[in-house]
Amino acid sequence: MVDKKSLFNYLLRLGDDQQILSQRLGEWCGHAPTLEEDLALANIALDLLGQARSLYTYAGEVEGLGRDEDQLAFLRYENDYVNALIVERPNGDFAHTITRQFFYSVFMDLLWNGLLKSSDETIRAIAAKAVKEVDYHVRHSAEWVIRLGQGTAESRERMVDALDEFAIYTGELFEMDALATEMAEAGVGVDLAALRPQWEAEVNNILTDAGLEMPKVNWMQTGGRSGEHTEHLGHILAELQYMQRTYPGMTW
Amino acid sequence: MSEKPTPLWEVFIRARNGLSHKHAGSIHAADAEMALQAARDVYTRRGEGQSLWVVRSDQIVASDPVDKDMMFEPTASKIYRHPTFYEIPEEVGNM
Amino acid sequence: MYSQGLIGADGSTVEDEAFLEAFQKRIDAEQKIEPNDPMPEGYRRTLIRQISQHAHSEIVGMLPEGNWITRAPTLRRKAALLAKVQDEGGHGLYLYSAAETLGVSREELTDQLLTGAAKYSSIFNYPALTWADIGAIGWLVDGAAIMNQIALCRCSYGPYSRAMIRICKEESFHQRQGYEILLTLCRGTDEQKQLAQEAINRIWWPALMMFGPHDSESTHSDQSMHWKIKRFSNDSLRDKFVNATVPQADYLGLKVPDPNLKWNEEKQGYDYSDIDWDEFWRVVKGDGICNRDRMKARRKAHREGAWVREAALAFAEKRAAAAEAAKTAAE
Ligand SMILES: [Fe+2]
Ligand SMILES: [Fe+2]
Ligand SMILES: [Fe+2]
Repeated sequence: MVDKKSLFNYLLRLGDDQQILSQRLGEWCGHAPTLEEDLALANIALDLLGQARSLYTYAGEVEGLGRDEDQLAFLRYENDYVNALIVERPNGDFAHTITRQFFYSVFMDLLWNGLLKSSDETIRAIAAKAVKEVDYHVRHSAEWVIRLGQGTAESRERMVDALDEFAIYTGELFEMDALATEMAEAGVGVDLAALRPQWEAEVNNILTDAGLEMPKVNWMQTGGRSGEHTEHLGHILAELQYMQRTYPGMTW
Repeated sequence: MSEKPTPLWEVFIRARNGLSHKHAGSIHAADAEMALQAARDVYTRRGEGQSLWVVRSDQIVASDPVDKDMMFEPTASKIYRHPTFYEIPEEVGNM
Repeated sequence: MYSQGLIGADGSTVEDEAFLEAFQKRIDAEQKIEPNDPMPEGYRRTLIRQISQHAHSEIVGMLPEGNWITRAPTLRRKAALLAKVQDEGGHGLYLYSAAETLGVSREELTDQLLTGAAKYSSIFNYPALTWADIGAIGWLVDGAAIMNQIALCRCSYGPYSRAMIRICKEESFHQRQGYEILLTLCRGTDEQKQLAQEAINRIWWPALMMFGPHDSESTHSDQSMHWKIKRFSNDSLRDKFVNATVPQADYLGLKVPDPNLKWNEEKQGYDYSDIDWDEFWRVVKGDGICNRDRMKARRKAHREGAWVREAALAFAEKRAAAAEAAKTAAE
């Protein structure tokens, strides 16, 4: 039997990752480099938002305290959010947004595929929908990585800068702390560390096509899974929670 | 002061297998892969498609409206190409 | 109306009588005009102007609502709003494509917007200050736009008419999601009702302005009607909008901010106050509270996206050159 509290926390990790990245992508709406890309980024944001909603709704059911998706999405303290740091990093320029999306989507593609075999039926169902969505996120971001890497001197320089900024946040995605280990052993979750070689191979493949290289990383940043965030999450929550905090307890 | 134009592509969508591709609109993209993705992201957001074609707009050869009479008028008098041209007694039934 | 009753469209044209007469015959017979068909220069110019004003309006229109995506109060509302604002971007894109069939490029049209040479609907120079404004914008602004756009589905120019049909299909959820937001507020707390009332107070008059100047003031309107670019007059669409909307406001329990609003049994429609035309022209000419911010935001997005567009083109050229070289080598 899986511990309910653990399963709840595991679902929050997954839900927070999708929600916070969706929030970031939503900031692009109306400001993208082309109209076509404006629609593309919104499509990805909507996919992630849909995934977050399913995950929060299920988390609320598992918890059994009557909290719905919105209470979980909007009404927690900053250090109760357990997303990985990579998704809260600012959008930066388009190269940064694409790099973050690429690193993250390749990881999620592997994770959702693993979760297709989860012992938890609801997680399996969510994963079955998500694998198709994330396949496209990988394709879209990878094609941009190649174009920006090989495009102009400027685009290449911006990609190098973006890789340098985001590489240090990729290690956290594969961390097997106590909760991740418990979930993997129960058959609910996936051995994240085991996904890493494949992630590296896929990422390096595309970076090679792009004429780019993964930068050397001395230290992988960490903390998100235990609620220790970068300075950026607080600002995200200030906007995200604004309505719910200003007008508490109302229906919208 | 206009920047270098990004090519225009025409988008064709097959709504369901069994139907032919139908012109849906156009998008701008630098290359074929980006055009295909843009077509997907712009024109299939409500389950409109099962298959996509994108074609560079400047690759389409179109008939000139000036030639319309020459191209399409002569066919109008060939009414013997239509089944209603022939008289079959009603008793014979459907044919 | 998104193209604001076609302010400044110049329908004057130089073709000979016989040509114009033959063209008018086609129009009168409800034949659609297609891209390469012969058409009067004035017709082409008027269309480019109207379609591009319409496209610019969709694009600038993403900004006031886009500003609320990260603050939407629930996940359901956020998804609806993001999908809605995304749709507006799509509408701009369809319309730019329709204009491009008349021989202007997206790049030229974008330049016209960013240099201030082209106009967009003034409604988007008003701010979206509260969440209730998102409801009121969907209900009233999209409502007014839909009224106009349904009429344009029958426009004589084929590509414009087809774009409008697609747009109208997509629009149908925009007004409903806005009204649903207000309905929820009006069934909520006193604070929420107050938010809703303040929103209609702010947005009612700018929404009526969307239909453009009075018919008597609308200089080039006649020619556009004649060519069936425009199918209904500004005032008749505005009346239709008021008649449809007032009962919806009643249902919400909101007061329309017009002391002279009254049902007129004889004309089977509402009488209402005249628009503040000084405000209308002031905002059209650039002195609304958001005009500068909107243009700044568009220019910034364009400027900061330039290197991306450039990189995509450079990559495509390199790939094409490499493919060409491989072909030659193989021969
Ligand atoms: Fe996959
Ligand atoms: Fe629209
Ligand atoms: Fe709309």
